[in-house]
Amino acid sequence: MKMKPLEFENLIAPFKDKVFRFAKRLLVSTEEAEDATQEVMVRLWHKKETLVNYNSVEALAMTMTKNFCLDQLKSKRASNLQLVHSNYRDNQVGLDQQLEAKDSWNWVEKMINELPEQQRLIIQMRDIEEFEFTEIAAVLEMNETAVRVALSRARKTIREQLVAKHNYGLTNS
Amino acid sequence: MDLQTVEILLEKYFEGTTSIDEEKQLKAYFSSQDVAPHLEHYCNLFGYFKTEKEIKFDKKLPLQPSKQPTVKWIGIAASFVFLFGTAWFFLNENTNANKDLGTFENPEEAFQATQEALQLLSSEVNQGVEGIAVLKQYEKTKRTIFKKSNKK
Repeated sequence: MKMKPLEFENLIAPFKDKVFRFAKRLLVSTEEAEDATQEVMVRLWHKKETLVNYNSVEALAMTMTKNFCLDQLKSKRASNLQLVHSNYRDNQVGLDQQLEAKDSWNWVEKMINELPEQQRLIIQMRDIEEFEFTEIAAVLEMNETAVRVALSRARKTIREQLVAKHNYGLTNS
Repeated sequence: MDLQTVEILLEKYFEGTTSIDEEKQLKAYFSSQDVAPHLEHYCNLFGYFKTEKEIKFDKKLPLQPSKQPTVKWIGIAASFVFLFGTAWFFLNENTNANKDLGTFENPEEAFQATQEALQLLSSEVNQGVEGIAVLKQYEKTKRTIFKKSNKK
């Protein structure tokens, strides 16, 4: 079976943004996430003849992205390079939104990105991409219960910080 | 959605037991205008989730149509042609040799043919022996020459 570039583009169209956001959740930097997405897509393209054997190309792409990004982070840590990310919310979408809301989202993003990598990925897949637990478990190679436990832990951490900030704002005003 | 339902859903949400559908309801509630004041600080969280989903990847992918498969097939085809060619060659030679065996039905005829063949063989051998006789002369001459040179 021969696949043309256009066919392949159509095949990946439904999930290439998800892959990019997934990579961005781990790598934080937009450029690095773009490079990672390109890399994963090119790798998929090279194995296009075998893609029919997979139930879900999307799940395959997500798994490849996770592995690729974790490897990137590992090698970065090994070479003692610090992650420098100054581009929180660089390509802002809701430009019409109020500045105040933007700042709060910025803050929420920082909070999420400070979670352990695994929890970050679970929040990304569940709360943003709305994946089912079975899908998350398959991509992250965990069992469903472990996914639920980690998700609950992550959400509670976020809640604590939200409430703390809220109370701080109240006592300050 | 009434406040009590929202609070129950929120509690389930933090326990990680809400379904995708229930989470969608929460997202809808927190993006609406009438969020209860004591829950307002969750608006940013759910609002953030919604905007994050809008981020797009719009870089071009460097997809090169791979030419490797055709090259590979040419190689496979060539090796097959070679294999069958040689096989065919050897098989053909064998059948040709088998045809030329020249067997005889009549024993007398066979005897005669064998005799002829042996005759031919012996005459050829004799010719060879004659050739060797000449060689003997060489040997003689060589010996006399080398003896002389040794004595010197």
